[in-house]
Amino acid sequence: MYRYDQYDQTIVDERVAQFRDQVRRRLADELTEEEFRPLRLQNGLYHQRHAYMLRIAIPYGLLSATQLRTLAQIAREHDRGYGHFTTRQNIQFNWVKLEETPAILERLAGVQMHAIQTSGNCIRNITSDQYAGVAADEIVDPRPYAEILRQWSTFQPEFAFLPRKFKFAINGAQEDRAVTAAHDIGLTVIKNETGEVGFRVMVGGGLGRTPIIGSVIREFLPWPHVMTYLEAVIRVYNQYGRRDNMYKARIKILVKAIGSEEFAQEVEQEWQHLKDGPGTLTIEELQRVAAHFTAPAYETLSDNDAAIAQLQQENKAFANWLARNVKPHRIPGYRAVVLSLKKPGVPPGDISAEQMETVATLAERYSFGELRVTHEQNLVLADVRQRDLFELWQQVKAAGLATPNIGLLTDIVCCPGGDYCALANAKSIPIALAITERFDNLDYLHDIGEIELNLSGCINACAHHHVGNIGILGVDKDGSEWYQVSLGGSQGNQTTIGKIIGPAFSAEQMPDVVERLVEVYLRERNDEEKFIDTVRRLGIEPFKAQVYGTPIEPKAIKVGEPTRG
Amino acid sequence: MAEQNKRIIKDGAIIADDWLLLRPNVGALADTLPGDVSIPAGKVIVPLAAWLAQKEALAARADIGVWLASDERPEALKDDLARLPLIAVDFPKFSDGRGYSIAFLLRERLGYAGELRAIGDVLRDQLFYLARVGFNAFDVRADRKLEDALAGLTDFSVRYQTSSDEKAPLFRRVQRHGAAQ
Repeated sequence: MYRYDQYDQTIVDERVAQFRDQVRRRLADELTEEEFRPLRLQNGLYHQRHAYMLRIAIPYGLLSATQLRTLAQIAREHDRGYGHFTTRQNIQFNWVKLEETPAILERLAGVQMHAIQTSGNCIRNITSDQYAGVAADEIVDPRPYAEILRQWSTFQPEFAFLPRKFKFAINGAQEDRAVTAAHDIGLTVIKNETGEVGFRVMVGGGLGRTPIIGSVIREFLPWPHVMTYLEAVIRVYNQYGRRDNMYKARIKILVKAIGSEEFAQEVEQEWQHLKDGPGTLTIEELQRVAAHFTAPAYETLSDNDAAIAQLQQENKAFANWLARNVKPHRIPGYRAVVLSLKKPGVPPGDISAEQMETVATLAERYSFGELRVTHEQNLVLADVRQRDLFELWQQVKAAGLATPNIGLLTDIVCCPGGDYCALANAKSIPIALAITERFDNLDYLHDIGEIELNLSGCINACAHHHVGNIGILGVDKDGSEWYQVSLGGSQGNQTTIGKIIGPAFSAEQMPDVVERLVEVYLRERNDEEKFIDTVRRLGIEPFKAQVYGTPIEPKAIKVGEPTRG
Repeated sequence: MAEQNKRIIKDGAIIADDWLLLRPNVGALADTLPGDVSIPAGKVIVPLAAWLAQKEALAARADIGVWLASDERPEALKDDLARLPLIAVDFPKFSDGRGYSIAFLLRERLGYAGELRAIGDVLRDQLFYLARVGFNAFDVRADRKLEDALAGLTDFSVRYQTSSDEKAPLFRRVQRHGAAQ
């Protein structure tokens, strides 16, 4: 993974000093809260219901074991012993004291981490494919470009106060695993007919109040131009994006208002001034950064380990885990292993300090000391020898991270919701836990197969509910919490926005609602057909009929109990 | 109307300032048409609309600057740049970032070489960014100490990307090596 040089380290150290002084001035009342707010947000510090929340950047989801141990220490000393991984591959601590944030940042800087631009109306952390570099379907490894863009966007002076937040995602494989179509800018690294590397550039995607799939404004942008072209895109947005209404300030609204062709022309005109200028990326710099992402020292192995195959036959629990949590790898004899942060009874994405330390040790022992955070809020050990899988499974299981549910109904993507977040209209974690509890039978869960369920506590859609096969949105109606259900959303190459099925439900009805949706699928599915495919084939009507056909008795769920995080 | 003993930051130092900023939305000027705004003698920074309406009369004076609101276009001044000793850009709120692109375009696209001054909600924590895009003068909000604000110019010593102050990105300026272990 990328290691800082003296320049990267200096800028992060100077940021710590700057923020320490900003906190000092706030505490001394030299800065009003109104003035401090945008400053702290640009450093990932939110004021939530109970305390401050600090969001720490995990650039394109890549972490070292050492960094994870530092996060564990922070969890212990500055939080309540937990951290929460987010849908943008970052980590949040929910119980931070303002006075302690400079010390936390200093500690992070010591392991080449920071909280720069994890919030605020600026270019945010760049997200990517959690299997970058190991995926069998990879065209080009996106990580060097992600790092180059991280540096380019760090303290970019002209774009620190955009009309609204600005999110990049970058993917380099056949399958889109970075939800590129739902980002302000979605980049896909591709090769053209002549084998030249470049980017397909999408703009104006986004979820939130106005979900829109991004538009391709350039089919092929040769790689040296990536920074100058993006500079042109964002300069156009910075000047013409709306600033009168924060709900209409994202780039998607501008692109929609003037049309993607007109927008592309504006960008093209601006870019003509920058194209081939000094901002152009050089092969030397690309190679310097790419050298940090070379393959680890893989052994030459057979891809069929007999002992593992035998254990798979004998041990059903292990076989379930292999089926759901172990993913293919481009190198024979290696696998990528997903550690589930979706154990029943635990808020999705949550991890304890002890678990972080265990994972750090496992990463060192089995995966070259590195790991990845997924936008579905799980962790990945990307380079595990197939023959180590059983041994690894036993340890992962002991740590409570082996729930064999990756891609299944209980692998719920969920925001912190009303338990923590000041923006939320409704709680989300207790609903996720209640649904998980309802589907606690593993055989049933595996029989249902792949379903993406996404649950957001408000319209800001941090849990990407619009692209969930089942999307649940918490809404406020006359001061009480209700849940609106949509169906048919999906991420990946066929990213689609789900359709709302009808009137909202109470929290207590939600497990039954999900169960009824699943019943329709089980009744109607053809062989091998996934939930999303059945929904696409039949439309939402039969699901609606089942859900609204007879009244749903509310059944008490544990809403309102304190959840950790 | 001119403030006594007014000071600003310019070219990295605190200096006395004798420019008068004319804001049409203040007091009696609020309802005046741009062509009717009376421009006093001495060094005056006039609103863009007043400049455009009275250009013929004002062009003879060497002590006129123009200020742009954040929703006005820098191209409106493209034929006047050589004769304007000062252009100011207003920040109605420091979080309104349009002024950064206005400054960048004035410097880099239109080649303006005179004083470029940030006015309005100009605060210490934005000075580093403001200087990078091409501002060389900062009329810091009146309730803040200039001595404190000055420190904002040097918050960072490393600049990754191009802007008005750096014509090349860091990777073209220095030899970057591998990891600092």
